[in-house]
Amino acid sequence: MNQKLRSLLKEGPRAVNIGVEQFAQDLAAQGVKVVQMDWRPPQAGSDLLSKLRKLKRQ
Amino acid sequence: MVDIDKANQEALSRLLSAQPVLVDMGLAKDVVPGMGERTLLHAGPPITWERMSGPMRGAVMAACLYEGWASTPEEAVELAASGEITFDPCHHHSAVGPMAGVTSPNMPVFVIENKDRGNRAYCSMNEGLGKVMRMGAYDDEVIERLKWMRYTLYPNLHAGVRRAYEVQGGIDIKNIIAQALHMGDEMHNRNKAGTSLFLRAIVPFMIEAAPNCRDLAEVVRFIDKNDHFFLNLAMAAAKASTEAAHDVEGSSLVTIMARNGTEMGIQVSGLGRRWFTCEAALPDVLLFPGFTKDDVNRDIGDSAIMETLGIGGFALAAAPAIVQFIGGTPADAAKYTLEMYEITLGENNVYSIPSLNFRGTPTGIDVLKVAETGITPVLDTGAAHKEPGRGQVGAGIVRMPSEAFIKAAEAFVERYAE
Repeated sequence: MNQKLRSLLKEGPRAVNIGVEQFAQDLAAQGVKVVQMDWRPPQAGSDLLSKLRKLKRQ
Repeated sequence: MVDIDKANQEALSRLLSAQPVLVDMGLAKDVVPGMGERTLLHAGPPITWERMSGPMRGAVMAACLYEGWASTPEEAVELAASGEITFDPCHHHSAVGPMAGVTSPNMPVFVIENKDRGNRAYCSMNEGLGKVMRMGAYDDEVIERLKWMRYTLYPNLHAGVRRAYEVQGGIDIKNIIAQALHMGDEMHNRNKAGTSLFLRAIVPFMIEAAPNCRDLAEVVRFIDKNDHFFLNLAMAAAKASTEAAHDVEGSSLVTIMARNGTEMGIQVSGLGRRWFTCEAALPDVLLFPGFTKDDVNRDIGDSAIMETLGIGGFALAAAPAIVQFIGGTPADAAKYTLEMYEITLGENNVYSIPSLNFRGTPTGIDVLKVAETGITPVLDTGAAHKEPGRGQVGAGIVRMPSEAFIKAAEAFVERYAE
């Protein structure tokens, strides 16, 4: 069995939580290793985001 | 069809190549372009008297009293509301001012020249901490100090700057900033090292040129007592550097971020002189004892030019001691710097951060990256009391609101999308 898979089964998942902190807190309360990522959806609407993607640049 | 990447490379290159040098001083009416007889410059985007916040109004009143246009605060208010004074952003005159940033015709200003492209920028001298005009104070003590600065500080400093210019071409402000970043300053809320280095550089020339030694000792003590004295020099240097990057067709580089206590505004290199504005943030900062959140005025000042240059809040990782002033931990401070690399076009080639293996500071805010990621610039700034005359109430991290950046991104797409 793959080493990483063995480790996952033995030690349990390590989670990254993106967004609402409550989910991370719930996991931590159950002893799950979790990292809270500070993220929020961009305020630019989908229309603008789509136009920005079409601009030719890196 | 414009090549946005190439345009941004050009704009960033102009910013990074800037060589700001202190070459002179003068009264605003004599050296600041477009300074009229009854003009008052102010921080941030354009604003009328009616919409000005408390600290801005207080600073306007102080300026009217200093100029002798009014004999009492009540007369100053009447004059300000009369329409006889022209209010204009410092930025419209290649100038900058911290907090209220009010600059009047007879106020002395530093003259910084960008040796790379020849453009100049201007900023008044820093008054110190406590009850000062830039925080909206206007009592007799404030006016007396402004007059002392005009008639004692300015002649001595000016003589020293002139001597430095004759002997060695001026004082290299970029070099001082680079050194100060390695000594624990970030150049916005912490300018202790910058002030110390500036004093070392200018004092020999002031001694050589001084009319008398008694005044000179008073001048040196004044600068020594004010850890923020260098801020105004650094701001003018930042203005000279960022203005050089403006007007590059197709560039999404942000060349101005500024707040007037009511609104914040930005300008973008490839979008001409158009302001993109929104309501200024309400700082949620570490408060000095005796003050509450209800006392805090909206974000104010042209000092956001430091972050526009790529230092200040962007260089917090260089200033672990700043947390004594703004709260948090040194690790928090470093995280802010790391985050800013997500929204900038490049890394500074001169301003570097020792704790990040001398990595260059995140430089060149890209308005399009701000709109795409939702990450807005962090500023490390002071907060003023919302009533005029009360002074500073705290300091800390303020996040720029996104609306102005989104408006600018929309305008950019409208102009440059195929």
